[in-house]
Amino acid sequence: MGMTITEKILAEHAGLEKVEPGQLINAKLDIVLGNDITAPVAIKEFKKLGLEKVFDKERVCLVPDHFTPNKDIKSAEQAKMLREFAREQDLTNYFDVGQMGVEHCLLPEQGIVVPGDVVIGADSHTCTYGALGAFATGVGSTDMAAGMATGEAWFKVPESIKFVYYGKLQPYVGGKDLILHTIGDIGVDGARYMAMEFTGEAISGLSMDNRFTMCNMAIEAGGKNGIIHFDEITEAYVKNRAKRTWKVFQSDADAKYAQVIEYDCSKIEPQVAFPHLPENTKPISQVGNVTIDQVVIGSCTNGRMEDLRVAASILKGHKVHKEIRLIVIPGTQEIYRQAMHEGLFDIFLDAGAAISTPTCGPCLGGHMGILAKGERALSTTNRNFVGRMGHPESEVYLASPAVAAASAVLGRIAAPWEVK
Amino acid sequence: MKLEGKTWKFGNDVDTDVIIPARYLNTSSPEELARHCMEDADPSFSSKVQPGDIIVAGKNFGCGSSREHAPIAIKASGVAAVIAHSFARIFYRNSINIGLPIFESPEAAERVEAGHQVAIDTESGQIKNLTTGEIFQAQPFPSFMQELIEAGGLMNYVAKKVKGNA
Repeated sequence: MGMTITEKILAEHAGLEKVEPGQLINAKLDIVLGNDITAPVAIKEFKKLGLEKVFDKERVCLVPDHFTPNKDIKSAEQAKMLREFAREQDLTNYFDVGQMGVEHCLLPEQGIVVPGDVVIGADSHTCTYGALGAFATGVGSTDMAAGMATGEAWFKVPESIKFVYYGKLQPYVGGKDLILHTIGDIGVDGARYMAMEFTGEAISGLSMDNRFTMCNMAIEAGGKNGIIHFDEITEAYVKNRAKRTWKVFQSDADAKYAQVIEYDCSKIEPQVAFPHLPENTKPISQVGNVTIDQVVIGSCTNGRMEDLRVAASILKGHKVHKEIRLIVIPGTQEIYRQAMHEGLFDIFLDAGAAISTPTCGPCLGGHMGILAKGERALSTTNRNFVGRMGHPESEVYLASPAVAAASAVLGRIAAPWEVK
Repeated sequence: MKLEGKTWKFGNDVDTDVIIPARYLNTSSPEELARHCMEDADPSFSSKVQPGDIIVAGKNFGCGSSREHAPIAIKASGVAAVIAHSFARIFYRNSINIGLPIFESPEAAERVEAGHQVAIDTESGQIKNLTTGEIFQAQPFPSFMQELIEAGGLMNYVAKKVKGNA
């Protein structure tokens, strides 16, 4: 019996010939990541061990991106803990305001994560890096502390579900729609503890930015990791960025899957997830008249170049609806500069959008776009839980950058082709 | 160890944003986090919860964010254990790592109601509803996790390992 890509990567990092689902292994870590919310707890735990140094100063990454630029005094204290620890440990990959980006946009862009890696991050959306053909999963602060100390972590080898996306994508349908449709189908615990392997002709045709979006939301189906095979598109993305050599792993033809699920992409419309779970999806044609107060385009899910280009292509020559606040958040400094060079900022500014420095801010109800009681947002982020973006009686609807841009213009949740 | 307490009941897919909203994550102080535990699901929880109380919930408890602040807030609020139909994986891992006792029992999650008195034998995983007399058996932990629990959490386990290497 062969192995899946996830099993092969884990086996290699555990120094084993073969692993099977359910097996408990100890694996070597290529990257350990934390942010300004999770790393303070990890740093405290690390210090209790009395160790002088982390296992490898080039492989521990700290990105203060959640409540930064510091939103209040307590947040400033937490960010300061990261800064001091990074200096004390002489960490290569510490990114302060000015270099900082949304962590899961930043690490692949900077070539810090490469294909074939095993990565743990004290952030649930660490699964994003699966788009590079790496095994990456979210953990808590204590696991991060143990990872910083030992360079290893224990894992239960997950079972894999193979998702096959065939057929031609409809206009304005991208990675966000495919993953929302999938979560709507299998539910928020449909892949609990499992690897989600995304395959098929539609995936082969997706850009890296769209692939990152899909793997990013594997956690929203309860998945341990999302993963996509390395191909020419991956290679073109990593070849001028990678800071280390990479290794390509492929699932065997006779690998064992817990389930194989197929989707005909020609039937998938742009998707919208209604409050208060990402599984409450509807195709755009069935959304009805939902008025909104705020639109956010950004985050580790949809804050990349292609997301901004799609949004700009719809906003061009239009004004944001007078009752809408549109906030655009480029994911990294590099994306920010590129969007500016391409003239996208003029389009956003002409439309009446606010452009923010990179931050996770509003996605998790931190800052830079909090909702008041009774307000509704349409957002390209990843979660629409109760209170996620602000008041517990506010609402979040999730969709792609194309739907977000159209909705910002029309003042209600709208299909991209409605903007004429 | 034997735990005994009054139960609080929650539904399916209780996410970590509900357990501890992100607006309070500008601190990692367990006491401060406990003051806002479960606030968006039940604003009275933190003022009414008593030391030793037990949370009973449906499927996928602790889904969403990886914030360890969630099990930390529950533990610091005095809750002795969480029984659920199932747990989201990062929450499960975090709970074991910080020593919050958790038990997977679909039957107990369905049958136990709010305000019942429940006793748990943590070694055997036996859950007894003292109000109704029903007995349930939680899924046993794999032996490696049992080791982690017995070591008092992941960091104690790692500390031993680190010292062993020195």
